[in-house]
Amino acid sequence: MELLSGAEMLIRSLKDEGVETIFGYPGGAVLHIYDALFQQNDIAHVLVRHEQAASHMADAYSRVTGRPGVCLATSGPGATNTVTGIATAYMDSIPMIVITGQVQSDWIGDDAFQETDILGVTRPIVKHSFMIKRPEDIPETIKKAFYIATTGRPGPVLIDIPKDMTAPTESYEYQYPAKVKMRSYSVVSRGHSGQIKKAVELLIAAKRPVIYAGGGVVQGNGAELLTSVVRELGAPCTNTLMGLGGYPGTDKQNVGMLGMHGTYEANMVMHHADVVLAVGARFDDRVTNNVKKFCSDAKIIHIDIDPASISKNIAVDIPIVGAVDLVLKEMLEQIKKTELVADTEGQAAWWKQIDAWRAFHGLRFDLNDSELLKPQQVIESLYKATQGDAIICTDVGQHQMFAAQYYKFDKPRQWITSGGLGTMGFGLPAAMGCLIGKPDMQVVTVTGEGSIQMCIQELSTCLQYGLPVKIICLNNQALGMVKQWQDMVYQGRHSSSTYEESLPDFVKLAEAYGHVGMRVDKASDLDAAMEECFSLKDRLVFMDVSVDPQEHVYPMQIKEGSMRDMWLNKTERT
Amino acid sequence: MRRIISMLLENEPGALSRVVGLFSQRGYNIETLTVAPTTDATLSRLTLTTTGSDRVIEQITKQLNKLIEVVKLVDLTEGAHIERELLLVKLKATGAQRAEIKRTADIFRGQIVDVNSAIYTVQLTGASDKLDAFLESVGETSILEVVRTGVSGMARGDKVLAL
Ligand SMILES: Cc1ncc(C[n+]2csc(CCOP(=O)(O)OP(=O)(O)O)c2C)c(N)n1
Ligand SMILES: [Mg+2]
Repeated sequence: MELLSGAEMLIRSLKDEGVETIFGYPGGAVLHIYDALFQQNDIAHVLVRHEQAASHMADAYSRVTGRPGVCLATSGPGATNTVTGIATAYMDSIPMIVITGQVQSDWIGDDAFQETDILGVTRPIVKHSFMIKRPEDIPETIKKAFYIATTGRPGPVLIDIPKDMTAPTESYEYQYPAKVKMRSYSVVSRGHSGQIKKAVELLIAAKRPVIYAGGGVVQGNGAELLTSVVRELGAPCTNTLMGLGGYPGTDKQNVGMLGMHGTYEANMVMHHADVVLAVGARFDDRVTNNVKKFCSDAKIIHIDIDPASISKNIAVDIPIVGAVDLVLKEMLEQIKKTELVADTEGQAAWWKQIDAWRAFHGLRFDLNDSELLKPQQVIESLYKATQGDAIICTDVGQHQMFAAQYYKFDKPRQWITSGGLGTMGFGLPAAMGCLIGKPDMQVVTVTGEGSIQMCIQELSTCLQYGLPVKIICLNNQALGMVKQWQDMVYQGRHSSSTYEESLPDFVKLAEAYGHVGMRVDKASDLDAAMEECFSLKDRLVFMDVSVDPQEHVYPMQIKEGSMRDMWLNKTERT
Repeated sequence: MRRIISMLLENEPGALSRVVGLFSQRGYNIETLTVAPTTDATLSRLTLTTTGSDRVIEQITKQLNKLIEVVKLVDLTEGAHIERELLLVKLKATGAQRAEIKRTADIFRGQIVDVNSAIYTVQLTGASDKLDAFLESVGETSILEVVRTGVSGMARGDKVLAL
């Protein structure tokens, strides 16, 4: 057996876990680890400019590859800087490994320099966390951390490592465990066949069925099976913000995203359905609107890996606890075998109704008479320029909703957004994490002039590692989503949602960081600029696009209403 | 409704804080909490009482079960069970009160475990409502100090909470 120091065991364990890249930032408590990293070539390290970005990059790397991303930060401020990233991953159930340095073990509790109880700070936002107490525990802890992060309902796992645990002066026999044993952690996988049978019976007999699919379909690798189930049932499918790409966005059975800024047709379909099949979705408040008025005529079937998600916000009729892919597989088999006959007449009438809803709204927006661009146009142009094939990351705000509505995602893991936490600053590092995970893909971040400034320092990291992110900044000169709420709820009092001429020149800023900057002010320039942006294959392009500052995101559900209560534009409501 | 939830917990630092943290994070309330090691040194037994609607209790048990360190969990109130709590109370005991307190303690099968010329310290075990009733009987004015352990419990009959 080999003799390795704690730091070497850490790196070797990560390698044995299949890790190729770590996103991180050095500091006192992790210097032994950085020294061990320096002396090997198996794992690459990406030096960020702020630890928040490291955590978002690791998170997006997981989202896009399906393999957990790893980030590394020093104790104290390094560790606390990852907190937003950990919370972001936690809310979207993303597997991620966070390694933090800690002051040496005999100083813990002494208020030592750069000591923070990061386990305590992060306890509510991790799936689990560990503190290394003995260097020889490192391999097993890493094994457990990956196992916990990636199985069941995934989530971030933090490992806090006091500096003395990684000291180069002591060596230990290294062996990476082949298996983990944890008596207190077991993972459900297959769903209950009897429950699946009941669900199939209900679905086949339904007159107005709908499939409501969430992020669990994407993360649980269930997209293909879901597509087969939906096609087999002939029912409409709607995706949550997290679920986009889980069912092909251009398919005719897809009625678009549902919820607060969902399409008119998706929300109408949900409201009028008699059977709702929820798959890997969690009845989030941004989806249901007022829970008391949610789908009052519907029987609800809920497939989820997390028993605690079931009947948390909405009482369901048929719960099925299990891994989305395994449950859908069995469901598909049962649907194919069943002798029950579908209510074809009922369903034909249902589709007629759905088509009428589609024709009525179907994401319409008014163009300006002037050359002033509407943000929706920019997303449409982006869709054309990338043939619908790019990985689209976003920040948070109106631009995020426009991207969700107007880009059609045909494949899972093509849409990377912070849904649960709604973290501004996520977009740029997320795109970087995606490019490192999928270097051959076109990776775009759709952002706002507000959000991009929350992690803008990463433009420097992009230069260092040659990451050709395409930044499409929908510049409406305001914290647009905040301003929209102020327009709608606070009689237009724009309290601290604009910047009074203080925005930087983003073109010059991009250039200062060694990248290409472009500005688009006129509708007639848009498509050509977009083409040019994507023709610069190896360059990061920052495209600053001026868009109509008055535009609001619609539809928008009306607070306290049901799914079908929506504003359709500034004056028209359902 | 009041529930008694009892669990086996990995005897590790941090495990207890995860259980307690869960209650504050999710806005559930803990009324009593007791925890101590078991005969298996790697496990602690934790018992807590809480109140909430059936929906909330279901969430509490599901969320507790998700904690990695919770090895096994049971809601004792779902079946026949034994519930015990221990009370120590220091009472003003002078003049006629002395005999009165002694009598009341006897009725409740309490024991006087410490005495001086002005004070009785009474020890009492039982279900929480019995302890409440005793405190009410002796009256607030004579109570100097109260300490209660919180509820412990077990299912009746064959059922055991063990690995
Ligand atoms: C870190 C963080 N702080 C505050 C918010 C609240 N918030 C949501 S959207 C938004 C405005 C975003 O502005 P911008 O990035 O310009 O996007 P726009 O809405 O204008 O498209 C704000 C402040 C948030 N989501 N995240
Ligand atoms: Mg803006």
